[in-house]
Amino acid sequence: MQASDLTSNYFELFALPVSFSVDGAALSERYRELQRVVHPDRFVNASDAERRLSMQLAARVNEGFRILKDPLARARYLLELKGVALDDTDTRLDGGFLMQQMELRERMDAVKGAADAGQRLYELRDAICALESQLLDELSSLFSDGSPPALQRARDASRKLQFFHRLGEEMAQLEDELAMS
Amino acid sequence: MALLQISEPGQTAAPHQHKLAAGIDLGTTNSLVATVRSGLAETLPDENGSHLLPSVVRYRLGLPPQVGEEARAALIEDPHNTISSVKRFMGRGLADICKGCSCSEYDFAESAGSDSSVPRIRTVAGDISPVEASAEILKTLKACAEKTLDGELTGVVITVPAYFDDAQRQATKDAAQLAGLTVLRLLNEPTAAAVAYGLDRESEGVHVVYDLGGGTFDISILRLNRGVFEVMSTAGNTALGGDDFDRTIAQWLAGQAGLGAEMTVHKMRALRAEACRAKEALSDVESVSVAVPRDDGSVWQGELDREQLNALIDPLIQKTLSPCRRALRDAGIELDEIEDVVMVGGSTRSPRVRERVGEFFHCEVLVDIDPDKVVAVGAAIQADVLVGNKPDDEMLLLDVIPLSLGIETMGGLVEKVIPRNATIPCAKAQDFTTFKDGQTALAVHVVQGERELVSDCRSLARFELRGIPPMAAGAARIRVTFQVDADGLLSVTAREQASGVESSVQVKPSYGLSDSEIEQMLRDSMAHAEEDVAARNLREMQVEARRAIEALESALASDAALLSADERTRLDAALEDLRAKAEGSDHLSIKQAIEALNIASDGFAARRMDAGIHAAMAGHKLEEFS
Repeated sequence: MQASDLTSNYFELFALPVSFSVDGAALSERYRELQRVVHPDRFVNASDAERRLSMQLAARVNEGFRILKDPLARARYLLELKGVALDDTDTRLDGGFLMQQMELRERMDAVKGAADAGQRLYELRDAICALESQLLDELSSLFSDGSPPALQRARDASRKLQFFHRLGEEMAQLEDELAMS
Repeated sequence: MALLQISEPGQTAAPHQHKLAAGIDLGTTNSLVATVRSGLAETLPDENGSHLLPSVVRYRLGLPPQVGEEARAALIEDPHNTISSVKRFMGRGLADICKGCSCSEYDFAESAGSDSSVPRIRTVAGDISPVEASAEILKTLKACAEKTLDGELTGVVITVPAYFDDAQRQATKDAAQLAGLTVLRLLNEPTAAAVAYGLDRESEGVHVVYDLGGGTFDISILRLNRGVFEVMSTAGNTALGGDDFDRTIAQWLAGQAGLGAEMTVHKMRALRAEACRAKEALSDVESVSVAVPRDDGSVWQGELDREQLNALIDPLIQKTLSPCRRALRDAGIELDEIEDVVMVGGSTRSPRVRERVGEFFHCEVLVDIDPDKVVAVGAAIQADVLVGNKPDDEMLLLDVIPLSLGIETMGGLVEKVIPRNATIPCAKAQDFTTFKDGQTALAVHVVQGERELVSDCRSLARFELRGIPPMAAGAARIRVTFQVDADGLLSVTAREQASGVESSVQVKPSYGLSDSEIEQMLRDSMAHAEEDVAARNLREMQVEARRAIEALESALASDAALLSADERTRLDAALEDLRAKAEGSDHLSIKQAIEALNIASDGFAARRMDAGIHAAMAGHKLEEFS
């Protein structure tokens, strides 16, 4: 026997409408409310069955929160719910985007060893933030459109977002290196 | 009107009876036990009035081990049989211990003939594993608490450094088991400190806990929101602490006094004690005189001032700042969002540490709770809640896993399955496949760490999945599921999807004790205590039965409406059966009755859980969808 909340989707679990736009404050609030109910600390003296269920549900609530609060994970999850295949081996993207990525990477490489590395990094971060937020707006309107062609474009946009995600990780590494030197 | 409840004849009806619970800070240098009495959390003194128990164990021939102050007094005179800072060895292999350059102090035995590779220290009382030495410290604290509180402890919360990996956590839990303690939860030290501070101040927002103890360093960033302590990130170094300050100062002293590099353990300990004394004195004064005996019998006399001390320890403080930076980034917050920094651990008494940390975070550092006691106090508060003394308490701790967990793939690379700073408990599944045609077995190597190469990560466990039906390379779908519980402990399952072949491990660290070793040690210790093993088994099973009965009774009291009459009858029958069996003296039949009750109440548990969630979300559903 399974608790039904182990099989519902994350939006249902958090009582949120299925949408790319998520109210962050409401999400966090509900996350805490749910954990208050299901967390293993609430079941230390309970039966084995309840303790096991509590662990499974708390893990699920944590995973749901992680996915719903992160735009990239949320976009991918929404596509999955809508039945749009996410093929990570398919790496075709439009040429303009790839050019833009290469340019950003060149700028990042140039930060190392530059006299004004801190300032350059700061500006680069701003530029990336602006591009990312454009992409998020685009995803938002594509998901609210919801038609099959719009969802295909949302898939491409989510793949672009993944590029920014990796870029962000490398930036963080670079920041570390600069702080250490 | 609700009907009044009447208990069965011969049963005490005391659902809210106060249970004895304690928080234990098992520290590198000192250990403490604390409890909540009359609503107040406080550390408990031993019979000499001391709240700090030195984490030192001395083994003697034909006599029980000494723990605490007496043992500490023997550190210099009996160095090989007196073990200090044993926390540094927990869950570690000999190679790791030697990297930390403290293996020369002890005579480590080859672990021949045992079925694990846990390092053991040779003493006059035999070869001692770090888990056993830690268990001695825990036993002493348990005895102290039970004597002061005049009763048996129902359960304890034991704190561990947030940055402890799975092997170190498991070793700590094993030590508790060996000491005869029921562990309600392993709690991260910085989180415990936040609890001690947070409940005092009721301050919402983002807080940093900087915990520099005797041997470990942790940094945690938490968000406090109406009783919920949400750890956003944690980082640290499990081999960095006040001990290293002492070692650095001792080296300086040796250099000043013109001592050679070769030194007896006896001399080294004496030098380190002098270094520690000077360091502590310099927290209050600007300069201190130091004396070091030379080999020729003369004594070198000198001065150590604060400036020199700062120059010596600055590189070590610097080493704590890069984990701080990483924790900030992982939490995704900026410096200006931080309310304050809570200082924990004896080493934060150093004015230099306070100054540098305040500078780094651009904010106030909080030092108003004794940095040695704050962790134990927080653990006691959590223990009181977990044991059920505060059924309506709003406090909830949401902690994270400090290091990524993954498995080895082809070419010695690590595929991360659960990233660091994931909130626990968590579960994650990932699919892998076979490398060769007709491959029927798969070796799963579980590792923990941030590096990409297996050789740079900590090996946690290895197990094999056998009996995969022969298929073309890449055709099998092997789902590996990682589950981390609320103590931060991992279990792993592997399952071939088509055939359903399954294999799982409760991860037992490579440098841990095996279950059979722990069992043997328990038997040995009971033989000494002249306690009958069968009697203990029975008693434990009866406690377990009582717990199961109480759990179900309280569930029935609040949610009986979720059951049909038929289901209720079956549950009552299973409950009655267990009550009867628990009166008897056959621990196996009690065990079976507990299992039968668990099976009978499975569906009820699921429905109760659903009902709880729906009640919590009900208001929102109306507002969203109506």
